[in-house]
Amino acid sequence: MNIPLKYHVSRSSRLSRLVSFITVLALILLLAVPLLVGRADRVLFGVMFLYLALASLWYLLAGYAGLVSVGQQAFVGLGGYMLFALTIFAGFHPLTAIAISGIIGAIIAMPVGILIFRLRGAYFAIGTWVIAEVFRLSFAQIQSLGGGSGSSLPVAIVKSLASSRQMREWTSYWLALGLVVLVIGAVYLFLRSRQGLALMALRDNELAASSLGIDIWKTKFIVYIVTGALTTLVGGLIFLQKLRISPEAAFAVNDWTAFVIFIVVIGGIGTLEGPIIGTLVFFALRELLADLGTAYLIVLGLFAIFVMLRAPQGVWGFVRSKFHIYLFPLNYKVERFREDD
Amino acid sequence: MPKPLLITQDLNSYYGDFQALYNVNVQVMKDEVVAIIGANGAGKTTLLKSIAGLIGNRPDQITFKDAVIGSTRPDKIAKNGIALVPEGRQLFPSLSVEENLLIGGQLNRPGPWSLHRVFDIFPILKERRNQASTELSGGQQQMVALGRALMANPDLLLLDEISLGLAPVIIKSIYEALPDIIGNGISAVIVEQDISRALAVSHRAYCFQEGRVSLEGKSREMSRIDISRAYFGV
Amino acid sequence: MDWINAIVQGVLLGGLYALFAAGLSLIFGVMRLVNIAHGDLIILGAYLGLTTTSILGIHPLMSLVVVMPLMALLGYCLQRGILNSTLGDDLLPPLLVTFGLSVILQNSLLELYSADPQKLNAGIIETASIEVGSLAIGILPILMFFTAISIVAGLQFIFYRTALGRAFRAVSDNQDVAQLMGLNKRHIFGLAMALSLAVTAVAGIFLGIRTSFDPSVGGGRLIFGFEAVIIGGLGNLWGTLIGGIILGVAQNIGAQINPGWQLLSGHIAFLIILVIKPKGLFPRISG
Repeated sequence: MNIPLKYHVSRSSRLSRLVSFITVLALILLLAVPLLVGRADRVLFGVMFLYLALASLWYLLAGYAGLVSVGQQAFVGLGGYMLFALTIFAGFHPLTAIAISGIIGAIIAMPVGILIFRLRGAYFAIGTWVIAEVFRLSFAQIQSLGGGSGSSLPVAIVKSLASSRQMREWTSYWLALGLVVLVIGAVYLFLRSRQGLALMALRDNELAASSLGIDIWKTKFIVYIVTGALTTLVGGLIFLQKLRISPEAAFAVNDWTAFVIFIVVIGGIGTLEGPIIGTLVFFALRELLADLGTAYLIVLGLFAIFVMLRAPQGVWGFVRSKFHIYLFPLNYKVERFREDD
Repeated sequence: MPKPLLITQDLNSYYGDFQALYNVNVQVMKDEVVAIIGANGAGKTTLLKSIAGLIGNRPDQITFKDAVIGSTRPDKIAKNGIALVPEGRQLFPSLSVEENLLIGGQLNRPGPWSLHRVFDIFPILKERRNQASTELSGGQQQMVALGRALMANPDLLLLDEISLGLAPVIIKSIYEALPDIIGNGISAVIVEQDISRALAVSHRAYCFQEGRVSLEGKSREMSRIDISRAYFGV
Repeated sequence: MDWINAIVQGVLLGGLYALFAAGLSLIFGVMRLVNIAHGDLIILGAYLGLTTTSILGIHPLMSLVVVMPLMALLGYCLQRGILNSTLGDDLLPPLLVTFGLSVILQNSLLELYSADPQKLNAGIIETASIEVGSLAIGILPILMFFTAISIVAGLQFIFYRTALGRAFRAVSDNQDVAQLMGLNKRHIFGLAMALSLAVTAVAGIFLGIRTSFDPSVGGGRLIFGFEAVIIGGLGNLWGTLIGGIILGVAQNIGAQINPGWQLLSGHIAFLIILVIKPKGLFPRISG
């Protein structure tokens, strides 16, 4: 007698559940890193976390909302300057200042968003760059924050984070780890939400979306605001570590946009795992090619172009298509199982 | 028995994953007019697009003047003497009437057709030569589309539903001009919804049904009953 | 008087910005491609001019005889080799590939020429001026302005009075049907990029004569070109010229008020126009 087969739709597979478990273990390990490694590696990890956070946010914006921005450095610099302004002028504790700057980032993102959403596609992208330039030029006018040459974070404020340098560095590390977990968690939760699903399915088809009563542009706008706010947070943390800010450094296209884009593209623009893989590849390349100087950027650029043209799914996309591994259970699978399983 | 000008051999055409044509075998002889009839979605436009190169196939599935063209680029196929009047006219909105005609002739293939001659058979176009092609009526746009294809002095003309969306009196006048066009060394494949017109103007006809050839024969000899059966797949 | 001078200088500067923008506008019109590396290609033109003048010992403007064909060839190869494969419905590939190109170009120039600021020496025309009323107007700005007008007029002529222009317009309207006319769209796109880079070469040489440059300033030029295109309206070359003029005037008026506000004023003018006329002043096609 035939046992009837049934079909079962699920988001997670046994493999991805295993991988999720390993991820949790890895996180616990990462928490202990300051105790395990030397200073240089600790700093490297911290920088990697912050880049990963920026990359995940850029991915949410571009890969899901279809908004390609080459101007996220506007928010990075905003976060940095808000940190300095709020601690120096308003006497806030650095961490409070960073938290507040996130809110400020959200508030500023609103009129900016309304403005640049008038542009589409590649013109939107360049529009975001113009905004970043406007921020850069505006902050360069503020003499009390160092004007064009910038300023350093006063020692008293630095010490308020923690009194010893080692404690400060450990705190910075844990903050970076905490922030990247927060960011990736937020992105992941959003993608699993109803809005995220709607965005995935309908992002390029406004007609279909509106016929279902879904306002795609409102969702995109919200994504822009949230991404702006979180990017501002990351910016604040970045400059808390750097201890010095200038308009050039705060709003640098290379550092905060080019590298981030490369990370996402190389890792794989279609997936949330992509930025993680991309960050690892990016920093591995950086160590490998450190002796080449600026030629390293040329290699990076060539690599990114190659990936975009020949393997647009990126490294992770390639792995995923071959081995069907998902770190983040975001896609539905149809599984067959027998009724008596 | 002279060799056919155009042969399709077990043509299987796809739109992405969707198969639109199944083992289609069609032939066109020199100086012949062949009609393709069939319901919407039967695969008629797919056939014309495949011949014109807009849809790629295996090279040996389409042969024209003894050369395999199944996978050849559309601009090369145009150079070899096939001209398509696409479904829905598809004139260039950025070009004027005259410019649409001129671009049709940009291959400079030798032959009797020129801007002058197109204006002769369609005098209204000469009056409106500098207007944007989109400003013309449906019938006039169809004349431009036809003229544009003729300017290429093709050996084989493919006409995709030229009566679509036109008033009967306009259709009549266009079909009346057709004998002046074809038969002077130009062979033609005419895809047409209007069965009587299609059969009246052609030597042979094929009926398509869901991507397959369901009937073929001499146009004068096809019975209504056979056509109905083949058309609807009954 | 200073204000009138500022405005006049701004108008003439607009010519240079229109030159920056013309190549960008052309490419967008024909293939809906926005080339993020465009600014860096302007700078490349300046550097090619530098090398040509130092090897051949000729005047920078004469070097155009070498640089224009060179850049045109580069444009054709770039389009057929890389950019053609990015064209399609997805907006990410052209953006990311041209962004990658931008980084490669900047850093290659950095490797080849170092970060030292360079300048093209055009001799007497840099400082010569003519008296108009009580204003002294430089010969160079006037030359730039009239070159911009000539180039826009030339491009308009090509687009609307030649077979090549017909081909450009047809391919931009409907790629499939254009191919039915016997047009090889890959080749046509290549020619469009070649033309765009030839114009960009002119922009680069004039930039190099007017001011010092280094590998990193490409981004700024892209933004000026982009702002001129948006202000003027997409798909309209004369509009782009007007957009450039408005940008130049806004910058100069800002500079009159406070020298540090020059760039900011231009951006603000752009943003204001974006608010009141999001499609630009004289749009012909939609983005």
